[in-house]
Amino acid sequence: MTEPLNGENGLRSVPALFRRNAKNNPSAPAYREKEFGIWQTWTWTDAASEAEALALGLIDLGIKQGDFVAIIGRNRPSLYISMVGIEMAGGVPVPLYQDAVAEEMAYVLGHCGARYVIAGDQEQVDKVLEIQSDLPNFEKMIYLDPRGLRKYDHMHLHSYAGILENGRAKSGALATELKSREDALNYDSTCVMLYTSGTTGRPKGVVLSNRNIIEAARSSSEFDKLGAGENVLAYLPMAWVGDFIFSIGQAAWTGFCVNCPESQGTMQTDLREIGPTYYFAPPRVFESQLTNVMIRMEDAGKTKKWLFDTFMAHAKKVGPAILDGKSVGLLDRLKYALGEFMVYGPLKNTLGFSNVRIGYTAGEAIGPEIFDFYRSLGINLKQLYGQTEASVFITQQPDGEVRSDTVGIPSPGVEVRIDDKGEVLYRSPGTFVEYYKNPESTADTKDPEGWVATGDAGFFEPDTGHLRIIDRAKDVGKMADGSMFAPKYVENKLKFYPNILEAVVFGAGREKCMAFINIDMSAVGNWAERNNIAYSSYQELAGHPQVLGAIREHVEEVNRSVAQDDMLSGCQIHRFLVLHKELDADDGELTRTRKVRRKVIGEKFEDLVNALYEGKDEIFTETEVTYEDGRKGAISATLTLCDATTVVPAQKIAAE
Amino acid sequence: MLDQEQGYVTADGRQIGGTVMDMRNITLRFGGVTAIKDISFDIREGEIRAIIGPNGAGKSSMLNVISGFYVPQEGEVYFRGQKRAPMRPYEVARQGIARTFQNIALFEGMSVLDNVMTGRLTQMKAGILSQALWRGKAEKEEVENREICEKVIDFLEIQHIRKTPVARLPYGLKKRVELARALASEPKLLLLDEPMAGMNVEEKEDMSRFILDVNDEFGTTIALIEHDMGVVMDLSDRVVVMDYGRKIGDGTPDEVRNNQEVIDAYLGVSHD
Repeated sequence: MTEPLNGENGLRSVPALFRRNAKNNPSAPAYREKEFGIWQTWTWTDAASEAEALALGLIDLGIKQGDFVAIIGRNRPSLYISMVGIEMAGGVPVPLYQDAVAEEMAYVLGHCGARYVIAGDQEQVDKVLEIQSDLPNFEKMIYLDPRGLRKYDHMHLHSYAGILENGRAKSGALATELKSREDALNYDSTCVMLYTSGTTGRPKGVVLSNRNIIEAARSSSEFDKLGAGENVLAYLPMAWVGDFIFSIGQAAWTGFCVNCPESQGTMQTDLREIGPTYYFAPPRVFESQLTNVMIRMEDAGKTKKWLFDTFMAHAKKVGPAILDGKSVGLLDRLKYALGEFMVYGPLKNTLGFSNVRIGYTAGEAIGPEIFDFYRSLGINLKQLYGQTEASVFITQQPDGEVRSDTVGIPSPGVEVRIDDKGEVLYRSPGTFVEYYKNPESTADTKDPEGWVATGDAGFFEPDTGHLRIIDRAKDVGKMADGSMFAPKYVENKLKFYPNILEAVVFGAGREKCMAFINIDMSAVGNWAERNNIAYSSYQELAGHPQVLGAIREHVEEVNRSVAQDDMLSGCQIHRFLVLHKELDADDGELTRTRKVRRKVIGEKFEDLVNALYEGKDEIFTETEVTYEDGRKGAISATLTLCDATTVVPAQKIAAE
Repeated sequence: MLDQEQGYVTADGRQIGGTVMDMRNITLRFGGVTAIKDISFDIREGEIRAIIGPNGAGKSSMLNVISGFYVPQEGEVYFRGQKRAPMRPYEVARQGIARTFQNIALFEGMSVLDNVMTGRLTQMKAGILSQALWRGKAEKEEVENREICEKVIDFLEIQHIRKTPVARLPYGLKKRVELARALASEPKLLLLDEPMAGMNVEEKEDMSRFILDVNDEFGTTIALIEHDMGVVMDLSDRVVVMDYGRKIGDGTPDEVRNNQEVIDAYLGVSHD
C-alpha cells in the first residue's frame, strides 16, 4: 500500500482526535446527556480525561493490546467515551445491540472472545451473567448504572465510576505504559469491530481500522460541510456502524456535539429540546412520525385541518423546488412564506426539525410520499447508500439533486461499478479490513484489488449518473416463467401505505407471487376507532373483514403500479394474507435492524405459504412466540386468505 | 417470637434490624362493627412485610392504624420504642412514614412533576412571601427539592411523563406516580395499599422490581397489602394473614403457605 501510515497532522487514531479536540476546543461541548431533568455536558476536556482514566483503569485491570471489550447499553456519553478509552489502552471495542437476547449475545461474545464487558445497567449485566459459563475468555464486567446491583457478587464485577477512580489514582505509575500503547496506534490499527446484523446466517465481525473510520468521517464531513457547531441526537443502536461514524467518527473529526436522550420514551421531547442541525434516521422513524402527525390531524378541529390541508398541498407543489433553489414565482413564494409561519414552522418545531440543515435516511427504501412530505416542509432530507463494510458511505445525494428513487452519486473517495451480473461493487479508503476469524467470507466479499461486493443489484441512471438499487442481488430471482422476481421492490411499495407495517413477498421459482402483510397497529387502530370498529386484540383487528378489504385495495393499487414496469410486471400479488402476529426480531423473523428475513419467515410459516398457493380460503395455524424476557408461548389463529386482482401489462395484450 | 432488638437474616441473605413499629393487642371498632380484633405484630427495620387476607378482613384498616389515621380503641402502637399518641397526618409524615392509596389519590390536573413535588411539602420551610417573590430561601429550597424529585423520577423511570398531567395517564403509571410521590418524602417506612391492584402481568413485574429496588437501594422498610399471592410470596420477608379482623397467621411466606387456617380462609370452609 502506498498510503501514508499516518493521517493528516499525525492524527492517526480516534484517541488522537479526542486529544486534539481537548487541546484546541477544551471547553466546547463534546457529549451531552439529559439526566435528572437537566442536560449534563461533557466538554472535550472531560471526554478526553474520562477516556484516559478508563484506559488507565483497564490497564490496571490487566487489559492487553488486541483484547476485545464488548459494550452493551443504550446511547450514553460514558459508553461512547469508553469505546475511545478502550482503544487508548490498546483494546478493541465491540459494541453490541442492547436489545439482543442472551443467546444472540453469547454467539458474538464467544466469537470475538471478549475478555471484558462494559454493561449499561442491571438488565445487561444479568444477560451476560446468564451466559458467562459459555464464554471461556470472559473475565470481568464493568457496569455504568449501579442500580439494583448492590447485592451482586463483586468478584468479577466493577463499577464504571470505581474503574475511573482507580485509573486516575494510578495515573502516575501507569502513564508511561498508556503513552506507549497510545503511540503504538496508527492508521492501520483496529478502531472498532462491529457485527453485521445477520440478514443471512450468523453475524460477521467487521474489523474497521482508524483509517476506515477517520477517512470516512473526513470525506463525509467535507461533503456536507459539517462543522464544530453541529448538534446531533444519538438514539440509534450503538452497535450500528452509522452511529459509530456519526457519534464518534464525525464528532471527533469535526468536534461537534453528540446529545444522548434521557430514556427511550423521552426521545421526541429531547429531540425538540436539542433541535439537531444534522439528523439521521432510518425510513421507519420518518414513517412513524408522519403517521403520528396524520393521526393527530384527523383529530384536529375543522379550521386547523383546513389550514393544514391547504398549506400542505401548496408545500407539496413548490416546497421541494424552493429547497433545491429552483426558480419559483413570487406569489407562490409569498404563500409558502405564509405557510411557513402558519403551518410548516410550528410543525417542524413539534417534530424537533426546526434547525435541521442536513437530514439523512438510509438502510431501506423510503416511500416517495414520506420523503416528499419532509422535503416540502423545507427539511433538507437526503438519501445515502452504505453498509458496515464500507464504514457507511458508498453513495450520497448532493444538495439540489435529491430524489426519492435513487441513492445519489458515489461519495468522495469511493469508486463504484456494476459488474456483469448487475451487482454493485465499490472500493474506498473506508473499505473494511476483514471479517474477524472468517477469511473465507472476507475473500468472498472483497477481491484482491479491494473491490467489495455489496450483494445489492442496481444500476446507474444514464442521464443523471445516480445509482438506483433494485433489491438484494441474491433475492432477485426468477419466477417459473423466467421473468424477474424482485420481492423487496414490491414489499417497499406495499410498506409505503401507512396501514402496512411490513410485507413479505414470496414467488421465486413459482408461477405467481403471494404476500404476507403486517398491519400497522397505530394507524389501523386509529382508523378502527374513528369508524367504530370494535376489536380486543391485534389478532382480531388484523383479521377484521374491513381491514382485509382496505389492505386488498392497497395490494391492488400496488399491482397496478408494478404492472407499469415491463421488467417486473410478473411480481404482481395474486393472493395475500394478513398475519396474526407482528414480525419480531425476538422471534428471529426480523434482523435487529428490523429487516425482513424472508427465508426464515418462509420456513416458519410454510403452512401459510402452501395454503396461499393451494388456493385455500382459510387456514388454522399455531405459532411460537418469544416474549421480551425470553420465555416462549404459542398463539393460534384462523387466517383468511384473500385474492387480489392483477393487471395484465399492456405489452402482453399487444403480443397476444 | 423474635427478639426486639436483634434482627434476623432473610433467605436471600439480607440483614434485618430491630423493631420499628410494634402493634400490641390492637382492636378497632366502627360503631358496632369490629374491624380489627386484638391483633399484635411488628415491623422490623429494612424488611418487606406483607398483610394479606380475603376481602373485608381489615387489612386497609390495619394500614390506617399503622399510618396513625385511625386511633384504635384498645391496644398500643409503639414507633421506634415510643408509645404513639394520636397525631395529625403531617406529624406522621415528618416521622418518616409515607404511603400510597388503594384508590389512587393524586392531583389529577397537575403534572407528574408537580405531584411528586408535593411529596416534599413537609420539608419546605420558606414562608408564603418568599415563595411568592421567588427569592433567597424559597429558590434554594425549590432547587434542592427538585433535585430529590428528579432522582426519584429517574429511579422509577417516569422521565417520559414528567410534564404530563396525571389525568391523562393510564392506571399503571398513576400507581407508579403515587409511589414516586411517597418516595419523594424520603420515607423510612413506606406503606403501600394494594400497589398492584388492577395491573397486568408486565406492570406487576415492573412494580415488584421497583419495590425490591427501593428496599435494596434506600434500605426503606416496607409494609404492603396485596391480593396477588404470587407477588406477596415472592416479595415479602414476613407475612401477616388476617381474616374477619383476626390474625390467623404470621411468619415467612413458606410458613404461611402451609398454615391450615390460612388455607381454609382462602379456599373456604363451612363456618359452623
